[in-house]
Amino acid sequence: MIASLASRHSWFEATARARLAGLLDPGSFSEILPPAESTPSPHLARLDLPGAFDDGVVVCHGQLEKRPIFAIAQEGQFMGGAVGEIHGAKIVGLLRRAVQEKAAAVLFLIDSGGVRLHEANAGLIAISEIMRAVLDARAAGVPVIALVGGSCGAFGGMGIVAKLCSAIIISEEGRLALSGPEVIETVAGVEEFDSKDRALVWRVTGGKHRYLMGDCAMLVEDDIAAFRSGATELLTGWTEPAPSVANLRASQQALEYRLADYAAYRDGLQVWAALGVAEPDTVPLLDRDSMVALKEGLPT
Amino acid sequence: METLEFRFNSKPAPRAADPALCGVVGSGNLEILVKPGMQPDACQLSIKTSARGFAETWQAVLGSFAASHAAGGTVIAINDMGATPAVVTLRLAQALAEYQGGAR
Repeated sequence: MIASLASRHSWFEATARARLAGLLDPGSFSEILPPAESTPSPHLARLDLPGAFDDGVVVCHGQLEKRPIFAIAQEGQFMGGAVGEIHGAKIVGLLRRAVQEKAAAVLFLIDSGGVRLHEANAGLIAISEIMRAVLDARAAGVPVIALVGGSCGAFGGMGIVAKLCSAIIISEEGRLALSGPEVIETVAGVEEFDSKDRALVWRVTGGKHRYLMGDCAMLVEDDIAAFRSGATELLTGWTEPAPSVANLRASQQALEYRLADYAAYRDGLQVWAALGVAEPDTVPLLDRDSMVALKEGLPT
Repeated sequence: METLEFRFNSKPAPRAADPALCGVVGSGNLEILVKPGMQPDACQLSIKTSARGFAETWQAVLGSFAASHAAGGTVIAINDMGATPAVVTLRLAQALAEYQGGAR
């Protein structure tokens, strides 16, 4: 086990560019609008804040086990991976190009707190355009796979975008939700949600919880190679029904049942017990393989 | 934010085909983009930094970099979010090595 830990490259700790370098086939990374050709955010400059050359997102084409794919990687360390106007335009353009070129897939490395509030309406519009572009790609038969395991998780508008993707691969370290913990605490009070209680935050938004709830297709180790093999496995023989109103209604119904079943609970521990987990207290300490075995043994 | 421009004489660097980027604009960090320039014996630098009033420190750190490395013929652009001089020095060396294809 020691040797395997030493050879592991943490997804959580890596930059967006390091994640892409380890995710794609070696030498296949080809960036679209690289930093020397891109433009930093004019909105941040107006607010007297330094921008980033790539506006916090890398878009590229490359190969995954020799399949031609496109990829998007958000940089969580730059302004919390937040979506500004240029950042969003790069993502939308990449998704549209993937449709035109009938790519085998788009891998969307989400690491974002949502909209970049400094850019106000431009950021909000960017998020809604990303949502539409993701659905258009899926309707055109291009699967969009979300990979969530960065320090910012997938929150706010990007939490919604993650759920619009064909499937989500998440690590224990990854988080997925709509309002972030600090936002809930600020709006509803610390009695409602204590954002300083990190164990609670992970029991409610973290990768293990999302996997047990069926929100994510796959749980992987916090390892770039594990995300790579997970994405490869998921895309092998991938099929999904085209988005339809009937499917949306069915999802809506399932969410309503879920709300009725779990809305009264305060903690992931209670939800896991209700799901049929015999010893919910042990879940936070289970390793990835034990989690998969636990999930597969749950009553459906 | 403060914008600073510097130009230092430096021994010519081997000319690279592609620009190189390293670092991230995060708290206490910076990103550095190295591109080929027109003057083979000079290193031109432009900095956008969130920390105002450190022009003299930048001049000392960048001057020492240009004197100790062959960085001539490069144009270097920096976006800084309050990196310390030690971090700036390390990132500059890393960026130049990547520009010359040797960092990995």
